[in-house]
Amino acid sequence: MNDTSFDDVAFLATLGTTPDSQATLSRLHDRLAAGAASSGLLDVAYRTLDTPVGTLLLAATDQGVVRIAFDVEGHDAVLDRIARTVSPRVLRAPGRLDRLATEIDEYFAGERRAFDLPLDLTMASGPFRREVLTHLRDIGYGRTESYAQVAAAAGSPRAVRAVGTACAKNPLPLVVPCHRVVRSDGTSGSYAGGAEAKRLLLALERAA
Amino acid sequence: MKPFERVVAEHGATVLRVCRAVLGPVDAEDAWSETFLSALKAYPRLDEGANVEAWLVTIAHRKAIDVTRVRARAPIAVPDVAGLTHEPSRDGLPERGVEQRDDDLWRALAALPPKQRQAVAYHHVAGLPYQEVAAILGGTTEAARRAASDGMATLRRTYPPAGPSAARAPSARASKGSAS
Repeated sequence: MNDTSFDDVAFLATLGTTPDSQATLSRLHDRLAAGAASSGLLDVAYRTLDTPVGTLLLAATDQGVVRIAFDVEGHDAVLDRIARTVSPRVLRAPGRLDRLATEIDEYFAGERRAFDLPLDLTMASGPFRREVLTHLRDIGYGRTESYAQVAAAAGSPRAVRAVGTACAKNPLPLVVPCHRVVRSDGTSGSYAGGAEAKRLLLALERAA
Repeated sequence: MKPFERVVAEHGATVLRVCRAVLGPVDAEDAWSETFLSALKAYPRLDEGANVEAWLVTIAHRKAIDVTRVRARAPIAVPDVAGLTHEPSRDGLPERGVEQRDDDLWRALAALPPKQRQAVAYHHVAGLPYQEVAAILGGTTEAARRAASDGMATLRRTYPPAGPSAARAPSARASKGSAS
């Protein structure tokens, strides 16, 4: 039984509908994020960043960048997965991602060829996938390798499909350059951010 | 378990309303901050099926008591809500104008005995069932229901206060049947 009449709710609701309530909540949110960071409770900080390949979700633990996600992956779904696999203590807190955001901006401006931030590979599951990601970081700016070449370099020449999966599930695209892995016939192949995004990145690096 | 950010997005406004109802507009912000920081700390251990809003209001209840103690005010004391709009800004930002209507409501809430004010806040503002309200306040479900009902009866008399603004539909409220 609920005896709250519409009338009661209406007048008590004014407590939260003053014109400054949204501004207050936004200010309180920022204060919470700062307090969480200084108390060591900000397990995962995230922000978004607009880029030529769409709005990216950037997330970091205190160990390093833990996830970069494209729009098409669904940012809410990605945040859900971070909460399950890393920690549910996830807050929008741009500060920790400022340097990464700057580096990505510079990359798209053609002014940066490598990212030099600490990475957190928590979301890369399995030794083989991690091995592949480690190798990908050695493929230099503007160069490409085929899936077969990466498989050989990772020590499993027959695991071409598994390399494809490792690239598709790369938690740190752009920074770990899975876009530089292409098909043996020279076509760019699929990409977590969409084939169009992959072509854009390869063209950007060729032009620079 | 969903990202804590979503907990803040879904319940932040309600918790702020509850804190304002219990503490008034200024102390409410400290209580809100303490509540969500404390909730963030405990969040990974929260039961998956828990009622998150009831959990947050329970924490807010404790934090409100702490804030009141820190300010060295007896919990029963009526805060000087009338003076709030003229209090200098404490955070360096321009003084925030508080609408007269909210001012009146806060004054009416502040004049209630604490148990009644809390019961009104947790049931009528947060929307928790009386059983949850009783668990937070201690005492029986019936006592929580009575406290909220007595509080609402007083509010209907004292808010809106007598004066020119009292013309705002007092009859609708007066015609309401028994509260329980």
